[in-house]
Amino acid sequence: MSSQPYKWIGTRPNRPDGADKVTGRARFGADFNMPGQLIGKVLRSPHAHAVIRSIDTSAAEALPGVKAVVTAKDFPEQPNVIVPTGEMQVNLRDVTRNIMAREKALYEGHAVAAVAATTEAIAREALSLIRVEYEVLPHVIDVEEAMRDDAPVLHDHLRTEGVKPEPQKASNIAKRMENIKGDVAAGFKQAEIVIERSFTTQPVHQGYIEPHATLASAAEDGQVQIWSTTQGHFQVRGFCSRLLNIETSQIRVTPSEIGGGFGGKTVVYLEPVAVRLSQKTGKPVKMVMSREEVFRASGPAPGGSVKVKIGARRDGRIVAAECTIALQAGAFPGSPIGPACWTSFACYDIDNIQVIGYDVVSNRPKVAAYRAPGAPISAWGVESALDILAQELGMDPIDLRLKNAAKKGTKTSYGPTFDTIGFVETLEAAKNSAHYKSPVKPGYTRGVAAGFWFNVGADSSAAAHVAEDGTVTVISGNPDIGGSRASLALMAAEELGVDYEKVRPVIADTSSIGFNFVTGGSRVTFATGLAVVNAVKDMIRELKGRAAKTWGVDPEAVVWENGMARPAGSNVGEFDPLSLAQLAASAGKTGGPINGHAQLNVQGAGPGFGVHVVDLAVDRDTGIVTIDRYTAAQDVGTAIHPSYVEGQLQGGVVQGIGWALNEEYIYNSKGKLDNPGFLDYRMPVASDLPMIETILVEVANPSHPYGVRGVGEVPIVPPLATVGNAIARATGVRMTDLPMSPPKLSAALDAATPRMAAE
Amino acid sequence: MNNIQYVAPQSIDEAVAAMAAANGTGRVLAGGTDLLIQMRAGVVSPGIIVDVKKIVEMTTIDETSGGYRIGAAVSGAVIGEHARLKKAWPGVVEAINLIGSKQIQGRASAGGNLCNASPAADSVPALVAAGAIVTVQGPKGRRDVPVEKIHAGPGRTTLQPGEIVVSFTLPARPAGSSDAYLRLIPRTEMDIAVVGCGVSLTIQNGTCTAARVGLGAVAPTVLLVEDAAKALAGSRLDDKALEAAAAACRAACKPINDKRGTIAYRTKIAGVLLKRAAGIAAERAGRK
Amino acid sequence: MAKLHISTTINGEPIEFLCDPPQTMLEVLRDQLGLTGSKEGCGSGDCGACSITVDGRLVCSCLMLAAEAEGHRLETIEGMARGDQLHPLQKKFVELAALQCGICTPGFLVASKALLDRNPNPTETEVRYWLAGNLCRCTGYDKIIRAVMEVAADMRETAR
Ligand SMILES: Cc1cc2nc3c(=O)[nH]c(=O)nc-3n(C[C@H](O)[C@H](O)[C@H](O)COP(=O)(O)OP(=O)(O)OC[C@H]3O[C@@H](n4cnc5c(N)ncnc54)[C@H](O)[C@@H]3O)c2cc1C
Ligand code: FES
Ligand code: FES
Repeated sequence: MSSQPYKWIGTRPNRPDGADKVTGRARFGADFNMPGQLIGKVLRSPHAHAVIRSIDTSAAEALPGVKAVVTAKDFPEQPNVIVPTGEMQVNLRDVTRNIMAREKALYEGHAVAAVAATTEAIAREALSLIRVEYEVLPHVIDVEEAMRDDAPVLHDHLRTEGVKPEPQKASNIAKRMENIKGDVAAGFKQAEIVIERSFTTQPVHQGYIEPHATLASAAEDGQVQIWSTTQGHFQVRGFCSRLLNIETSQIRVTPSEIGGGFGGKTVVYLEPVAVRLSQKTGKPVKMVMSREEVFRASGPAPGGSVKVKIGARRDGRIVAAECTIALQAGAFPGSPIGPACWTSFACYDIDNIQVIGYDVVSNRPKVAAYRAPGAPISAWGVESALDILAQELGMDPIDLRLKNAAKKGTKTSYGPTFDTIGFVETLEAAKNSAHYKSPVKPGYTRGVAAGFWFNVGADSSAAAHVAEDGTVTVISGNPDIGGSRASLALMAAEELGVDYEKVRPVIADTSSIGFNFVTGGSRVTFATGLAVVNAVKDMIRELKGRAAKTWGVDPEAVVWENGMARPAGSNVGEFDPLSLAQLAASAGKTGGPINGHAQLNVQGAGPGFGVHVVDLAVDRDTGIVTIDRYTAAQDVGTAIHPSYVEGQLQGGVVQGIGWALNEEYIYNSKGKLDNPGFLDYRMPVASDLPMIETILVEVANPSHPYGVRGVGEVPIVPPLATVGNAIARATGVRMTDLPMSPPKLSAALDAATPRMAAE
Repeated sequence: MNNIQYVAPQSIDEAVAAMAAANGTGRVLAGGTDLLIQMRAGVVSPGIIVDVKKIVEMTTIDETSGGYRIGAAVSGAVIGEHARLKKAWPGVVEAINLIGSKQIQGRASAGGNLCNASPAADSVPALVAAGAIVTVQGPKGRRDVPVEKIHAGPGRTTLQPGEIVVSFTLPARPAGSSDAYLRLIPRTEMDIAVVGCGVSLTIQNGTCTAARVGLGAVAPTVLLVEDAAKALAGSRLDDKALEAAAAACRAACKPINDKRGTIAYRTKIAGVLLKRAAGIAAERAGRK
Repeated sequence: MAKLHISTTINGEPIEFLCDPPQTMLEVLRDQLGLTGSKEGCGSGDCGACSITVDGRLVCSCLMLAAEAEGHRLETIEGMARGDQLHPLQKKFVELAALQCGICTPGFLVASKALLDRNPNPTETEVRYWLAGNLCRCTGYDKIIRAVMEVAADMRETAR
């Protein structure tokens, strides 16, 4: 555990926004309104794949109360180029087509037109008056089918990137990638045992409880204001600027409180449309998605297939590993195939690795990030295969992983060599946990799996101000999705040596603070935390200068300790220490306001590792799985506010359990989503679960002053295989397709033991 | 937007009159947990909404010489708090209480569950097993109907235009009787039944003297499975009898493949649930 | 469409409003009465974010017509704190980090209060089943369940 004695870091104070959020005061996306606002609604394609022959909006426009109708014609065409918009690499041609279909509707739910009207009822009626002439085309959803030569092609211009010679024919395979370390063929020759299996997963949704919502106001002078529920208001600004040709500084985006995102609110759907409608009408326009729209049209995570081959010696040492991953990107290229490939074997120190990945388009909504994008899918394959290996070798599954664990100095298949990491410590913590040491209850079995995520750094800006009474405001630009205000305030208090209560963290709009990359990739506590620490350091430098001025000494002769300026030594002179409050009170006489600023682009986010253990029971007659106990151990660097770190682990685990057992997009034969609601898209409910035990392993990140690592992504990576491995050990049946829902598991059990169904 | 009206009459006669005046565009509102969703989805657009929750007869529970009369609009939460009813008909009450969450229970009624006519409606197999009689009132007056005669197909009932379900009557029954309802759902809560099975039986001296079995979500309507009841009645509920009843349930199934389950799975589970529900009912009936 | 005039009581205050017959209680609370503490996560009864109580009964305000409020007593999240004192559940949710994003929190608090008003001594299983109609995607429910159990224990202690 961390040896540094901290005053604030590692404590569990109340979050600064706590009272607002338990009283209903906190304002989320749909809680913003403006006088005279109109309501915007989107018309969506009923077809999975269709050419849009024509759109007739005249009847809708004629309806009293309708103020504007927009279609793709109202959005300028964009070049087929990849540009950085905020943090992401996006193809502008595709983004503009995703927010409003042009030549074709590429998935059921694809926006084809939008209206603004005085009431929601009128807006809905107007949608029903828009006449769209479609020519329905054959569609394809499944990733393997989409890769076939005879599959319906989504984009005539799409040629597979990364194959030689350059293909002449259009394909749904947008990209092929590979990363190779050593020589797998030679490696497999040394193997005494080889495990080879294929695994598949269905698409899932992030499932944030708050639907997408925005309010946009374009004034007559060209200035635009947007309120939006987003993980990145700077990205909203960037997208709107590019897609609508508005100068960036003319747009001011204020983030609302955000009701969950998990990666799904890093892109735009409604904002450019609302701005366009507002520009056309001269009125503020509010748009809120229904839950059904969220499911049909906003960023789900891909489904995919993973073929894994692992070769090992009898003592458990892995000598070669291979995997081929194909992921659904949705209607436009850009699945998280990169991270899926890079993370696949990142937990292990293996000399010979070959990973091949395919990014595949199909007639589904364009995927968006979902917690550790891509990693759970490859881990589902790799960690299941490792469990088979452990079973065949008769080895404890944690021991097998310890034998092959990546350590400081291990070179990854995708390039970097690990600095200090905590995988071994995490495996040992899991092995020594009360849970793992306890006997498995009769009727239950135990499963184990591991997971990895890089974590992200990137761009952050922060500022700090001292008020006249010595209290402090810390300003940053990342929406607080799960307690980051508390963590930032804790670090600021620690750095400054003042009480946590004296620090008020504020999240600023795009015009009030410099650029910030999205809240995502588990970067806020790390990178924005670092920016806050640096801004506070900058402020301390200023404070020391003011003390020096007061005492008439050199700034270098002043130190900052426990919230006070003191002379650096007795040779400086005899001065009573000056507190923050004293320095603030006399600021007018020593040079005016006292502020600090910082901006940075950081690397070295510090990878995280997780090891999960589950005990569960399978009802053999029904295929129902009951989870009795679950423990997640994770290398979290330093837990700034341990409650919110535990919360990240618990939330990620439960999303992973949902992914493993019941969550899936179900498409009918026409390519329409059959379960666009919470009743049939089955996320775990409270009664499905036990408490989720957590073990925070603190292996400090050497690249952060307080040792912070990202913690939010890792916990969703191991659960899929953790649950699958326990089910395999309970039943003797290895499930290879997610979700392991009761009908599927029951069918697999019946197939394995032919007998009268209910005997 | 069409011109929707809302009325909340105090008596059944007024409600029936309001429905008659609406010329087929009237919709009864009980808990609204089906109706409001269908209105939002645009599946139904009533001309007049007739809220029946101010009608005493439809919102109260009475004991009637050994039996019970349950108003059609009584919410699940209220039914669940009726200790005597729960003791007498534990299967019916647990079936009604399985509908949705606590929030849904605060509103959802057995009348709405029946009239919505979903084959997966949880209360219906239990009411069918219980031999519940439904009292219906319409423009032509009142009539009593066995509950299994109400469903005509998914979303369709045998109710005549303007008819309102007033109440359910659960008959008196001999000592040594009880019932149970089980459903299969993928989660532990908040799901629509993949299969539901209600069993009501009477046990005297260790022998099952009477039985009724209701089966949901395995056919276009909730089924009364007489062959299963025959297999149980007269037996000591031994493995052989239970297997014969389970086989009868499987044979009665005419399910579909859909997002909630496959034909094979539903058929198998019908048998599994029959055995388990019969076991629970027998236990409750006092089988040693 | 003729508007209906409704008289009701919300958080102890007599309130009158006009509504269209198909309007839900949630729409009126949020859009007309400015009580945006109740959230719409689904509009179909599945998430519980819109939970309120009507005469003490827990319901989804998205599945209730505003017209049905006539003559009843409604309680929403905005009425949970007493003056400047948070309800013990509100306090405990903050203390134990039983919320991350907080969108589900009003619904969980209203539902938890309805449970404890009825059953001051629930088991963990009872709490989990009672709250099964409230979805939370952030917390995995662990800290929410703990908070409710702890408040129940504290309240029993004070009642003694
Ligand atoms: C989140 C959620 C979960 C659910 N879970 C379940 C579940 O687990 N199991 C289950 O079976 N159902 C479930 N349902 C469906 C629904 O809650 C039930 O069918 C409920 O019993 C309906 O009752 P109600 O009083 O709300 O009906 P309403 O919505 O008021 O009425 C339903 C229909 O019946 C008609 N009607 C109502 N009462 C009468 C009457 N007395 N006479 C004539 N017609 C009438 C109405 O006009 C309407 O067409 C769920 C619904 C939701 C939203
Ligand atoms: S909004 Fe009412 S239950 Fe989700
Ligand atoms: S805290 Fe985000 S949904 Fe519960």
